[in-house]
Amino acid sequence: MAEVLVVVEASSATGVKKVTLELLTHARTLGEPVAVVLGGPGAAAPLVDKLAEFGATKIYAAESAEIDGHLVAPKASVLAQLVRQAQPAAVLVAATQEGKEIAARLAVKLDNGLLTDAVAIAADGTATQVAFAGSTVVTSKVTKGLPLVALRPNSVTPTPAPASPQVEQVSVELAGSDTLAKVTERVAEQKGSRPELSEASVVVSGGRGVGNAENFALVEELADLLGGAVGASRAAVDSGYYPHQFQVGQTGKTVSPQLYLALGISGAIQHRAGMQTSKTIVAVNKDAEAPIFDLADFGVVGDLFKIVPQAAEEIRKRK
Amino acid sequence: MNTVVLVKQVPDSGAERSLRSDDNTVDRASANNVINEMDEYAIEEALRLQEAHGGEVTILTMGPEQAGESIRKALSMGPNGAVHIVDEALRGSCALGTSKVLATALGTLNADLILCGAESTDGRVQVMPHLIAERLGIAALTGARKLDVDGATLTIERQTDEGYEVVTATTPAVVSVWDTINEPRYPSFKGIMAAKKKPVRLMTLADLGLAADEVGAAGATSAVLEHSRRPERAAGVKVTDEGEGGVKLVEYLAAEKFV
Ligand SMILES: Cc1cc2nc3c(=O)[nH]c(=O)nc-3n(C[C@H](O)[C@H](O)[C@H](O)COP(=O)(O)OP(=O)(O)OC[C@H]3O[C@@H](n4cnc5c(N)ncnc54)[C@H](O)[C@@H]3O)c2cc1C
Ligand SMILES: Nc1ncnc2c1ncn2[C@@H]1O[C@H](COP(=O)(O)O)[C@@H](O)[C@H]1O
Repeated sequence: MAEVLVVVEASSATGVKKVTLELLTHARTLGEPVAVVLGGPGAAAPLVDKLAEFGATKIYAAESAEIDGHLVAPKASVLAQLVRQAQPAAVLVAATQEGKEIAARLAVKLDNGLLTDAVAIAADGTATQVAFAGSTVVTSKVTKGLPLVALRPNSVTPTPAPASPQVEQVSVELAGSDTLAKVTERVAEQKGSRPELSEASVVVSGGRGVGNAENFALVEELADLLGGAVGASRAAVDSGYYPHQFQVGQTGKTVSPQLYLALGISGAIQHRAGMQTSKTIVAVNKDAEAPIFDLADFGVVGDLFKIVPQAAEEIRKRK
Repeated sequence: MNTVVLVKQVPDSGAERSLRSDDNTVDRASANNVINEMDEYAIEEALRLQEAHGGEVTILTMGPEQAGESIRKALSMGPNGAVHIVDEALRGSCALGTSKVLATALGTLNADLILCGAESTDGRVQVMPHLIAERLGIAALTGARKLDVDGATLTIERQTDEGYEVVTATTPAVVSVWDTINEPRYPSFKGIMAAKKKPVRLMTLADLGLAADEVGAAGATSAVLEHSRRPERAAGVKVTDEGEGGVKLVEYLAAEKFV
């Protein structure tokens, strides 16, 4: 079986990202899953066990300070060399900013088509995408070159398939044009123990109805009780209630959790764009006519300042 | 410093949008078309840099004839002029094809800085800045929430999942911006009047020296096989809080095994 290259995303704090395990799960339907680690010196070693557990039959490791110290261009360069050499059946990346950017450069280097924001991929490389705020489902195919597909987080439940991969070091040879965008500083912001927004299986979001920044503590409390991430509508972000990286919607993150809880959010089409494919949607809004109720599996009409504390209390009681 | 701002016309994201049934392209005829929102932030950033450092600001759009309306609107904010690439053969272009056309046009425009939106609201592909930078062999600094220019040195701050990073490059470079970077100005009456007289250069594929089969549907590197409306989500149970709303909410969550 031909190799299917999966570009690994990892964070120094939590190791291999869940989306990568999802990609490895998808890759099995297309061929032999092979993980590609592109990072600084020593990047691959701490990831091997997890990648093995989820079915990587081989791990290509390209490790160099040049890769770590620049935006995606060096990664795409190394990946292009690897594709030419390994002749894989497909290349899968995460539909994150980084994944899509690597795919873009790879597409130009190989003169190969690319599909982004897929939610499923079939054995023949046909991808399913959701377009226009989740209202339209599209199936598409790369017609030039190999299937190069960026898949959204939470597109599949990752399942283990233990393998015992060899780690193969890949030499990193870069061109001058690969090292033009230099990362001079990385600043970690404290974010506590909550799961990553786009990967979380529960998301609790607050909107303008939350009223101010202090009140977001209510949203956070409920999220913590449910083991979820916190999200926000654009109106809440624009009003300064919550930081921008937590915005859900058209111009924010796209989430697709098992449970999405919308508190004081009206449900504008641009907000729906980012959460419409959630499995279960629950809404609390004092306006019985709010459009969010049109897509909520369960809705409570009423004041969130009464309902949310009561719900939190009830969950604590049940624990 | 000369800046080119990439501006795309898109169907209004606040209204219903669809694909055409005949050729699977975005239905632009029935939609209310507007400037891709993020691109307004790119225009604003270009104008602020022009105020500080001088130079010309040029809008570059590839799109059908009606995209001309968005170009006039963009010009009313203050840029000096525009280039509009319009050609029947461009219909059905994939992202790679579009990037080839835009990169070829940019090759003739001598820009120090190419500004664009971080993503478009119709495609949401987020790939254009890197596609173009790769073709031109220049740097791409993407997702900027802050941009500083010091001579030929560009420095951006970009949000990441972990926090933020600071990235630097020298001109020429592509910089894409998020809507956190500034607050775009509204066109003034004077600006709207002036925009009517600003030069908009129309260019065809032939003008760019590109063959029709390299781009458009003929040169597309991916194809839509099928599309359909997603079944509307059905509204579920709605209860009104009469003092027990929070408990009812948790009862539902428990029944669905979230608690
Ligand atoms: C190009 C473009 C991109 C956009 N991108 C995004 C995006 O990415 N994400 C996004 O969210 N929006 C986006 N928007 C904005 C979007 O159109 C809406 O303006 C926004 O989603 C509204 O946020 P909201 O629901 O919090 O606020 P509102 O619409 O003001 O709704 C607040 C809701 O809270 C309810 N409420 C108030 N007080 C209480 C209370 N005490 N208890 C219970 N309920 C209460 C009200 O009944 C109301 O329904 C975009 C817009 C444009 C034009
Ligand atoms: N046809 C086009 N004409 C001009 N600029 C474009 C075009 N398509 C994309 N862009 C630019 O590229 C950015 C990112 O778009 P996208 O990669 O489609 O999400 C947009 O915000 C625009 O600035």
